[in-house]
Amino acid sequence: MADLEAFRSETRAWLEANCPAEMREPMRDESDYCWGGRNPTFKNDAQKRWMDAMAERGWTVPDWPREYGGGGLSPAETKILKQEMARIGARNPLMSFGISMLGPALLKYGNEEQKRRFLPEIARGEIRWCQGYSEPGAGSDLAGLQTSAEDKGDHFLVNGQKVWTSYADKADWIFCLVRTSKESKHGGISFLLFDMASEGVSTKPILLISGSSPFCETFFDDVKVPKDQLVGELNKGWDVAKYLLGHEREMISGMGLSGGSSEALGTALRDLLADEPMLRTDVARFDVDAIAFRAMSERFIDELKAGRAHPAQPSMMKYAGTELNKRRHELVMAAGGASALEWESERSKGGKAAREWLRTKANSIEGGTSEIQLGIVAKRILNLPGT
Amino acid sequence: MPLYLTDDQAMLRDTAREFMAEQGSIKAQLRHWRDRGCKDGFGHGLWKQFAEMGFTGILVPEADGGLGLGHVEAGIVLEEIGRNLTPSPFLVSAVAFVEGVKGSAARERWLPGILSGDIVAAVAIDEGRKHRPEATAMRAERSGNGFRLNGAKSFVVQGGSADVILVAARTGGSAGETDGLTLFAVDKEASGFGAASERLADSSMAARLTFENVEVDADAVVGEVDQGWAVLTRLLDAGRTGIAAEQVGVASGAMDMTVDYLKQRTQFGRPIGEFQALQHRAAHLYSEIEIARAATLKAQQLLDEGDSKAELMVSVAKAKAGRTATLAVQEGVQMHGGIGMTDEHDIGLFMKRDRALNELWGDANYHAERVAQLSGY
Repeated sequence: MADLEAFRSETRAWLEANCPAEMREPMRDESDYCWGGRNPTFKNDAQKRWMDAMAERGWTVPDWPREYGGGGLSPAETKILKQEMARIGARNPLMSFGISMLGPALLKYGNEEQKRRFLPEIARGEIRWCQGYSEPGAGSDLAGLQTSAEDKGDHFLVNGQKVWTSYADKADWIFCLVRTSKESKHGGISFLLFDMASEGVSTKPILLISGSSPFCETFFDDVKVPKDQLVGELNKGWDVAKYLLGHEREMISGMGLSGGSSEALGTALRDLLADEPMLRTDVARFDVDAIAFRAMSERFIDELKAGRAHPAQPSMMKYAGTELNKRRHELVMAAGGASALEWESERSKGGKAAREWLRTKANSIEGGTSEIQLGIVAKRILNLPGT
Repeated sequence: MPLYLTDDQAMLRDTAREFMAEQGSIKAQLRHWRDRGCKDGFGHGLWKQFAEMGFTGILVPEADGGLGLGHVEAGIVLEEIGRNLTPSPFLVSAVAFVEGVKGSAARERWLPGILSGDIVAAVAIDEGRKHRPEATAMRAERSGNGFRLNGAKSFVVQGGSADVILVAARTGGSAGETDGLTLFAVDKEASGFGAASERLADSSMAARLTFENVEVDADAVVGEVDQGWAVLTRLLDAGRTGIAAEQVGVASGAMDMTVDYLKQRTQFGRPIGEFQALQHRAAHLYSEIEIARAATLKAQQLLDEGDSKAELMVSVAKAKAGRTATLAVQEGVQMHGGIGMTDEHDIGLFMKRDRALNELWGDANYHAERVAQLSGY
């Protein structure tokens, strides 16, 4: 305990000295995220200094082992670091699918050479990754994917198309599910890593209803991938894919709490509800559900840490968290009325409310739809018979 | 403190689960007393067993001979009570009454009987159809060394079986005000006291009480004269959190029964649990129950820690558990089909209990309103 208290005071002092003032202001929107990458764009110098300082200590990934660029912190130390960062309002130094999705999968399924090659550059924010999962014909039925990787002796030859690839046009590398056998649906899938600058890779952003284009169509035309970039065994990629999806669901379910504010929605909307008794009722019912879900999130995290959570519980969290987030934005729009409809005006900050409202509609689709999550809960937790 | 049960608490849960499934089952208790038209609606033998198990002393401080445990532990017992629809005075006597008389002179007189399972205590607050504690109109006027009570109370759970009633009356102010309320522990033998029991839809018993010039001593006062609102809120919040736990149990019991049925019932040549239309509804229900359980545990922990946010969380828990249990019993009856409408099958009993529990000490609307007010809107 004395060691932990010493760690806390050292951490506090270090953060005070190294976290720039600009990085202690709340993020306004997604444009404030720091993604790193081969050709990084930083909003200001402070953002870069903050990422580099944290990466230097391994604190972009505090609980990864030191030899892979992590901080080597224990769960208790990691929690203290998070608490101390929250205390001064420090921003997340690096947003990264490498950290939240690929890293955990590589730590579990990658070989030693792959871990040493890929993990440190993820930790330092040098390579930005994207996820090649969904295809035009393989959405909820992800294992029906057709993008093929043909064995050409010293390399795989990849052909096919992915869709809903987040930030593919800005990513440096992709972790990608490919079909290496047609003998078996789930048992013919492999997990490949490759450079998006490879010959034959092209991307095309998709314009969404929110007016932004965070997702792309990604095309592979005779892309050569060296064989040492296969993660796990050939045709066993589905295990890696499922493990990674669990982490993705945890991340998305956390969005139910987005904003990090513990304030009730009705408190924020107070002035708009004064003459709207029916809406106020809806908001109060929402707040009951939202505050209850916050308790559920706390319980889920505590159970995860203690190894007590049911392995399918992330599906329940993802379902409940995303449905709640959609409801929240419906209420924000209703409270805002005509003002919330403005799409471009300065006073609406370029249609912030409306665009965020539309963005949330993807929450219950991406990373496995609500219907897919309910199916998982029904079969794996309730043990209902399935087809 | 992590938001799950400690090892000791998990042990208590296992003990309570086993005990309630054996001794407190629907067949052994609820149906047994209902089918005999029992005037109390519960068995005094089981209440004695509760005392022997130590349940009645969970919230009683050690200095008063109890176990000095908290709301988490009381909730553990209540969840099992809910799962088995076990009729007992536990909620009103061992939770709400005990919490109410903590630190008062009345505790010395009444707690020993609750600890031993020899007496039943009730709590009389509401006077109308819906829960409105501040609307209390019943009067208490100073008389000699004590007070003279006049008025009527309704929906007093087990009020007809109670040896002592903790009653809210107005010593000042007027109906609608939270100031001017005082709580009194009234002996059922008091002259001018009357109780008329009614059987409710869930076969539990509740009474309408009348007080006609009932004289009580000054030491019958629980808490401070005119300042009863604080004690009232404390005992109600203990009771509401307890009801939330019981409703989580009702919801879980109904869901388990329903999920089992989905696996057994065959139509169109396959178990109906294979149909996605039912799977998704069952999975949604599971999700809601898990969330309600987490909210209830959070409320219990905050109450035990004396945290200032406890009040908000109590109302969140009561509202969430109430809505969730209602969803569970409605889905339960619907998914059981015709058999769910029969008296022979137990699922309908869950529906009746849920309705009564929702109504006690504020329904989901009451508590959503309280959440809004506590959040400043």
